[in-house]
Amino acid sequence: MLQSRRRTIDILEVSKLGCVRGDRRLFSGLDLSVSSGTYVQLTGPNGSGKTSLLRILCGLLPPAEGEIKWNGANIRSLGEEYVASVTYLGHRHGVKEELSALENLRITNALNGVEVSKERGSAVLKEMGLAGRESLPARLLSEGQRRRVGLARLLVCNTELWLLDEVLTSLDKGAVALVRSLIENHLNGGGIAIVATHQELELSTGHTKRLELTT
Amino acid sequence: MLRWIVWRDLMLAWRRRADMLSTVFFFVIVVSLFPLGIGPETQLLRTIAPGVVWVAALLASMLSLGRLFANDYHDGTLEQLLLTPQPLFLVVLGKTLAHWMIAELPLVLIAPLVGVQFDLRSDTLWILFASLLIGTPVLSLIGSVGAALTLGLRGGGVLISILVLPLYIPALIFGSGAVEASIMGTSAAPHLSLLGAFAIVSLLFSPFATAAALRISLE
Repeated sequence: MLQSRRRTIDILEVSKLGCVRGDRRLFSGLDLSVSSGTYVQLTGPNGSGKTSLLRILCGLLPPAEGEIKWNGANIRSLGEEYVASVTYLGHRHGVKEELSALENLRITNALNGVEVSKERGSAVLKEMGLAGRESLPARLLSEGQRRRVGLARLLVCNTELWLLDEVLTSLDKGAVALVRSLIENHLNGGGIAIVATHQELELSTGHTKRLELTT
Repeated sequence: MLRWIVWRDLMLAWRRRADMLSTVFFFVIVVSLFPLGIGPETQLLRTIAPGVVWVAALLASMLSLGRLFANDYHDGTLEQLLLTPQPLFLVVLGKTLAHWMIAELPLVLIAPLVGVQFDLRSDTLWILFASLLIGTPVLSLIGSVGAALTLGLRGGGVLISILVLPLYIPALIFGSGAVEASIMGTSAAPHLSLLGAFAIVSLLFSPFATAAALRISLE
């Protein structure tokens, strides 16, 4: 299923994008063109608009100016079709504290149209280094473990565009390596990853682009 | 999809049973304070019963509305819900349905029991039950618009009451009107029909309004 969806080459084009938060202009005239197999590292000082850019790219935030095209069509007009090809992980984990890791994983994916069986879910969590903790309520997990629960989605989803916001914070070395291999696999499968991070990932495959926002 | 949202919210509510119980206890206590304060004057109690039970139901629903989206907003799951590939009004509808089952349905079920304190006849108790059953979905539906609009605001709890309570007035009038009619011995059907019409109208409009409000709140 994964391969069949990714036969074509996907292109994300951003032209003359501007963002205004409150009465402050964060950036303007931003141009970016990314195609399948590209990793974009988004850097910049705090408050330079990294999170805002990612939120604009996933459609949560309407841009002040400019437009975003996915395979030639404006993402506003694509609507749910575009949303179905994007996975966005914000700096808040998106993990419910009352639910167990397994329940979190299964529910989030079911809502995104991917049904995950209990066995598959446990296997995925094991791969994320959470073996034996699948059925603990997430509030009993550490910060890094909760982050891993959120990241487990990346193993299951079959979206083309990943937008990851500061996902490497509070992760240990092993988990960072895990994220690196996840992104590498994603790029090999023809995916695109745009990651806001201050940490160098140094991927062994794909094409790496750097985008630095300034204040 | 809808069933996953409802199931998720029901499970979350089950894990936080105290929240759910506090709404029910609030309702029971507020309704019970009136007979205790007024004393055994059955005629007066019977007259005020419809209004008291209905107003208590409105206030009890205020307690739970603040949590409808706030918890999801704070842990980032709400933005994930917005980014699921399905119309947002369906997500909203699922969450509203779950809210009704969690916060309103227990009140509906317990209302005939607390109504006994007001010396109501059994057929009137049935009408009370029916009016709440038809009317409380309105509270969840309209309340969800207010909850979405006040999301992330400081003091949102007070603001939500000011926004939403006036919009509850038609439900209050027809709901308590139905019970009153039954006490007077006339037919409650016209009131219940109007209440049902109001419920249908709010079902048609409020999910869209809530969806739009959520998008604005999450910008």
